[in-house]
Amino acid sequence: MSGTENQMTGAEIVLQALKDNGVKHIFGYPGGAVLPIYDEIFQQEEIEHILVRHEQGAGHMAEGYARSTGKVGVMLVTSGPGATNAVTPLQDALMDSIPLVCISGQVPTPLIGSDAFQECDTVGITRPCTKHNWLVKDVNDLARIIHEAFRVAQSGRPGPVVVDIPKDVQFATGTYTPPSAVPTQKSYQPKTQVDLKKIEEAVELMKNARRPVIYSGGGVINSGPQASHFLRELVELTGFPITSTLMGLGAYPASGKNWLGMLGMHGTYEANMAMHDCDVMVCIGARFDDRITGRLNAFSPNSKKIHIDIDPSSINKNVRVDVPILGDVATVLEDMVRLWRAASKTVDKARLEDWWAGIAKWRARNSLAYTPNDDVIMPQYAIQRLYELTKGRDTYITTEVGQHQMWAAQFFGFEQPNRWMTSGGLGTMGYGFPAAVGVQVAHPESLVIDIAGDASIQMCIQEMSCAVQYGLPVKIFILNNQYMGMVRQWQQLLHGNRLSHSYTEAMPDFVKLAEAYGGVGIRCEKPGELDEAIRRMIDTPAPVIFDCRVANLANCFPMIPSGKAHNEMLLPDEATDEVVANAIDAKGRQLV
Amino acid sequence: MSAHLQPTGSAYFIAKETELAETHTLSVLVDNEPGVLARVIGLFSGRGYNIESLTVSETEHEAHLSRITIVTRGTPHVLEQIKHQLERLVPVHRVVDLTVRAADLGHDRPIERELALVKVHGSGEHRVEALRLADAFRASVIDANIEHFVFEITGKPSKIEQFIAIMKPLGLIEVCRTGIAAMNRGPQGM
Repeated sequence: MSGTENQMTGAEIVLQALKDNGVKHIFGYPGGAVLPIYDEIFQQEEIEHILVRHEQGAGHMAEGYARSTGKVGVMLVTSGPGATNAVTPLQDALMDSIPLVCISGQVPTPLIGSDAFQECDTVGITRPCTKHNWLVKDVNDLARIIHEAFRVAQSGRPGPVVVDIPKDVQFATGTYTPPSAVPTQKSYQPKTQVDLKKIEEAVELMKNARRPVIYSGGGVINSGPQASHFLRELVELTGFPITSTLMGLGAYPASGKNWLGMLGMHGTYEANMAMHDCDVMVCIGARFDDRITGRLNAFSPNSKKIHIDIDPSSINKNVRVDVPILGDVATVLEDMVRLWRAASKTVDKARLEDWWAGIAKWRARNSLAYTPNDDVIMPQYAIQRLYELTKGRDTYITTEVGQHQMWAAQFFGFEQPNRWMTSGGLGTMGYGFPAAVGVQVAHPESLVIDIAGDASIQMCIQEMSCAVQYGLPVKIFILNNQYMGMVRQWQQLLHGNRLSHSYTEAMPDFVKLAEAYGGVGIRCEKPGELDEAIRRMIDTPAPVIFDCRVANLANCFPMIPSGKAHNEMLLPDEATDEVVANAIDAKGRQLV
Repeated sequence: MSAHLQPTGSAYFIAKETELAETHTLSVLVDNEPGVLARVIGLFSGRGYNIESLTVSETEHEAHLSRITIVTRGTPHVLEQIKHQLERLVPVHRVVDLTVRAADLGHDRPIERELALVKVHGSGEHRVEALRLADAFRASVIDANIEHFVFEITGKPSKIEQFIAIMKPLGLIEVCRTGIAAMNRGPQGM
């Protein structure tokens, strides 16, 4: 590296490094400690900056952007409050394995530690909520660190990283090193070599399985479109039933004949019963989360478990498995499909008939049933209509967190990966709307809908202003029941129906709110008017807040109450008030 | 709910741990960069693991490598998790469970040594007794006047414990211990 041509200021290096890492959009909010970088943003046109209204919004937008494209999301925040506001999306991205690069400003190096204005220990605060973070003290390290940040964020199990850059480093002049010239950090080398013997062992188990089930997760989405392709091929070849976690929806199409629906706490009866009764479980890119397993010592007690995961610490963490396979889902599935093809001649296809017959009986329980109503809109019905009326369109769905999220997962059918953005691990209310904005930035021509609750949407509603500014026609579809529905449901289950602070007595007029921001508001209160109103929303080329007034007291079923096993589900037709009140005993009440 | 289930404070019930907790010594090779120790310690506190002893120092100056020796206690399952979680940290090069390795090599346990500085009141008949005991433990006097001694003692943790216990009735003033440095026997490195 020679000469003055590679001499740049730190701020120039930041922009050059972002360009060299393929960044087209960044989401951010200016402030004192990042002004030099903003000055560089002003003087170029290759990278578009989206001005948010709150740093949390920037983080979730970057997450939605990343999740819907498979690329790294980038956010830019100032020091102090800018960085602390970024903590929620960072932890969210960590738990859902979303590749995210957060660049933060820091007070000038000589002031660090002096309690300067807008100073905080950003690397200290974000250490546990990132995959890795860096404080850049020398401008000559800056390019290398940003390139390394992109590598760490997207390799192995993806996750968020923070690069904290003091203001004096942004002003200082140093040498720019392009990505190709940067040696990678030797200590971080995620394992990519797959142990074929383990896959052979797995195929052997699968060949002889009589009651198999595939349980796939968000890792399939993270691994890229190839992983979904091989997953579909594997299901087709083996004839195994497949269920998925909340994060994995879309990897296998909801219209596929082997689809059992989502599993877990609010999963279908057939998915959970299949998990409980199976003899071989193939877990692909999922992590045996507590919302999936139910009571651990009653979790699928008689099965041999195969676990494919890229993160060694996920294996044997919650559930001990019999055949661990370390590696990227796409690579492992490709080998697995190949080995299955070679072995398939010796496989007796008829052996699964009894198993499928049993599954058909569970399916016939129709665990997602609800009582239709002609006078009030049932929330499930609203999602079903939204799904039907957006079918065949190029649609992306995000959600907030709560009942509406579970209803969306249950009733909206996803046919493709990367079409479903939701906060699974952290359960962040306020995630869905900014995530939708991020998705819309990446896919300006697509239909992007945030399915929201009336409480969640108010946590990041300020980004309406951002959506209007950039002409992003995001649709917010609020299932408005005036309650924090999931909180209320748990109060009914656990706390003697004492609805402590779960009712919102002063609700904004969402139509007027939309108009105040410069968007369009639509309200619908009658089932008969719903289709027409949804069509109007879809056809509106502007941000829309759709206030869908739904039945106030509807609850989300089926449900595995806490402390119970998969085969102890609460089904909708059994969920009378009395059963609901007594579903969880004293010990279960101590849990969430 | 059957009696062997216990609330975990997280979301569900977890079956009570039936495995017994063991004490293991881990060697962790890390890049010597700012914050690396905080990452390791934060991992232990954040995930509720135990640290019984922790020693850290740069071992390869040119390669900027430090070696952290951690004595921790947990069930075999938790110890395996600790190893994997440590390996996930970006500046961590290698994690070796020295206790497991020692067993593989056919040894009882790895070599574990600690240094302690022990300050003792030393006057009258106690003075002679303290010196005599220090001699028996091969502790050396590194500072003294007519009222006190500072001993330096090196050895297995149990030997140091014993020395401190004996010094107590003789007028122990203060103790400083380095924590454990450890490696395995035999010609191979970690």
